[in-house]
Amino acid sequence: MGGLERRRRLVGYALVLPGIAYLTIFFALPLLNQLWVSLMTGNDVDGFEPAWHFSIYPDAISAYHEQMLRSVAYAAIATVLCFVIAFPLAYFMAFKAGRWKNLMLLLVILPFFTSYLVRTVAWQTILADDGWVVDIANSLGLTGSSNRLLATQTAVIAGITYNFLPFMVLPLYVSLERMDRRLIEAATDLYANRLTAFRRVTLPLAMPGVFAGTLLTFIPALGDFINAELLGSPSQYMIGNVIQSQFLIVRNYPMAAALSFILMGAILVAITLYARALGTRQLREAVA
Amino acid sequence: MDQHSAPDIALDGITKRFGDTVAVDDVSLEIPKSSFFAMLGPSGCGKTTTLRMIGGFEDPTEGRIELAGQDVTRVPPYRRDVNTVFQSYALFPHLTIERNVAFGLQQKKVPKAEARKRVAEALELVHLEGMAHRKPNQLSGGQQQRVALARAIVNRPRALLLDEPLGALDLKLRRQLQLELTRIQRDVGITFVHVTHDQEEAMSMADTIAVMNKGRIEQLGSPTELYERPRTAFVANFLGVCNLMEATVVARHSDVVELDTADGARLHVAADRVNGSAEGGRLRVGVRPEKLRLAPVGQASGTNVLRGHVTDASFLGVMTHYVVQTAAGASLTIVAQNDGGEGLELIGPGREVDVTFSPKHCFVVEEEHDDA
Repeated sequence: MGGLERRRRLVGYALVLPGIAYLTIFFALPLLNQLWVSLMTGNDVDGFEPAWHFSIYPDAISAYHEQMLRSVAYAAIATVLCFVIAFPLAYFMAFKAGRWKNLMLLLVILPFFTSYLVRTVAWQTILADDGWVVDIANSLGLTGSSNRLLATQTAVIAGITYNFLPFMVLPLYVSLERMDRRLIEAATDLYANRLTAFRRVTLPLAMPGVFAGTLLTFIPALGDFINAELLGSPSQYMIGNVIQSQFLIVRNYPMAAALSFILMGAILVAITLYARALGTRQLREAVA
Repeated sequence: MDQHSAPDIALDGITKRFGDTVAVDDVSLEIPKSSFFAMLGPSGCGKTTTLRMIGGFEDPTEGRIELAGQDVTRVPPYRRDVNTVFQSYALFPHLTIERNVAFGLQQKKVPKAEARKRVAEALELVHLEGMAHRKPNQLSGGQQQRVALARAIVNRPRALLLDEPLGALDLKLRRQLQLELTRIQRDVGITFVHVTHDQEEAMSMADTIAVMNKGRIEQLGSPTELYERPRTAFVANFLGVCNLMEATVVARHSDVVELDTADGARLHVAADRVNGSAEGGRLRVGVRPEKLRLAPVGQASGTNVLRGHVTDASFLGVMTHYVVQTAAGASLTIVAQNDGGEGLELIGPGREVDVTFSPKHCFVVEEEHDDA
């Protein structure tokens, strides 16, 4: 009996072993390595030396706080836009689409069939200064003084919104789809009109989806650099652009690593506060 | 029930079509105040659709629905003074039991203190006082069912609509909750409209039953009326076992009608059971199994005697079930109380027997309904 139980427990450990090994080698060790790198001093030519150079962190913040705040603002706006677009769509797919449901799901994930980069380059072409989209926007007076769509924050935020929309739609769809529609009937039976039923029943039950969707959109959007690079200009650059150029162009590895850790720390703090605000129950259900 | 003025619920020519299918076909009925009304029928007979139309969840294609004399045909559910106990209970999983029950009161803007008091009373009524702060998924099926009941009853609606409320429970719990439902209905005095496919449930609880079949009401009446004097073969068969025999009217008297069966036996049926059939008319005469008496050949006396032989007999202690094949080939089911203590010696399988029954225990069903 005891032997059987021990064997069962060992099987459990054995099942998580590959995952743990993988994460140790490809996540934990590189992470520690980068933490180590962030505290080095030196330059690309003479090499970097371990130095416990902690002041890199305040230095990084004072040098790049503008891009950091811009990243938070762009990611937040894009997340809100995604939610506003995705919720009605997910609601329709879950409750009204009937036999079109699967086709609509396919259409939502269809963009994943081509590369993220290629799609954003395509948007660069669509929004190009000599393109018809700009012509129409100009004639409607939507472009302002610059007469451009590219290299504006509108283009960058729109690009982020477009690219991360499926990450918002899918979790919302899942949480609405598994909801028992009789609950809405029960609410209307108990004197709630459609709006109140939505507010008091549908929305609370969709919260795990809202939580998952906003995180899946906000976190990658915060670190994104492709949209600002291709659809924006240096004055729209986000923290991702800075990290990318510090790593690959300036080759100031300690600075790049420090910025990455600041971004990661900020995200962890933000998620914790967000989860607190939404209630831990939602977090648990979203994770489960 | 004539003493009541406007009925709580009145349906007038209600029809519901889903595409080409007619779910409910020209149903009219009146449900008097404070009654326990059951809609009984097999699945797909239209009983749930009818209930959903009363609740406001489906719009009738044709017809009119009135609550206490007021036309509510196009009124949304949240403005109807009825509450539903759903088959799946439909409790809000994110709210505690207390807040589930308080939901309707909150929407009706009942003051907090009063709402709290009424919620407590409702939970007491269904014996769930201690469960107020639990979530629905922490409760058993039977407890969830009671919460659904409390959540509806707490609003003191004009009528409570129950959609197979006990369907998901096991037999023992079902019997217990049946008793409890009847008690609660008596206590609160609200009209209950109960949809079920379980004839025993309907008969034991309701004071009026509408038996539905293929979107129509086959017959409406008290449980005794439906059982003792069903008008169609469908009703006769749905409310228990019954023996139906083909017969032809040969003579009409003031108190009895004489009929001949195919094997030449002469039957006498109380005259008030046979409406309108002239001599030569063909009918189906029905008798319930417990109304039939068995006797060894030649020892029977009475007005209605059928000769046959026992093909099957199962002794069940309290009673014995017999199957008797008559000379005309009809198969009769007979239930005999074990009040004499004798075994199967005299009338066991293979024996010739006489089957007798009283004219007043017969009923006549319409000839054309032989699809059941």
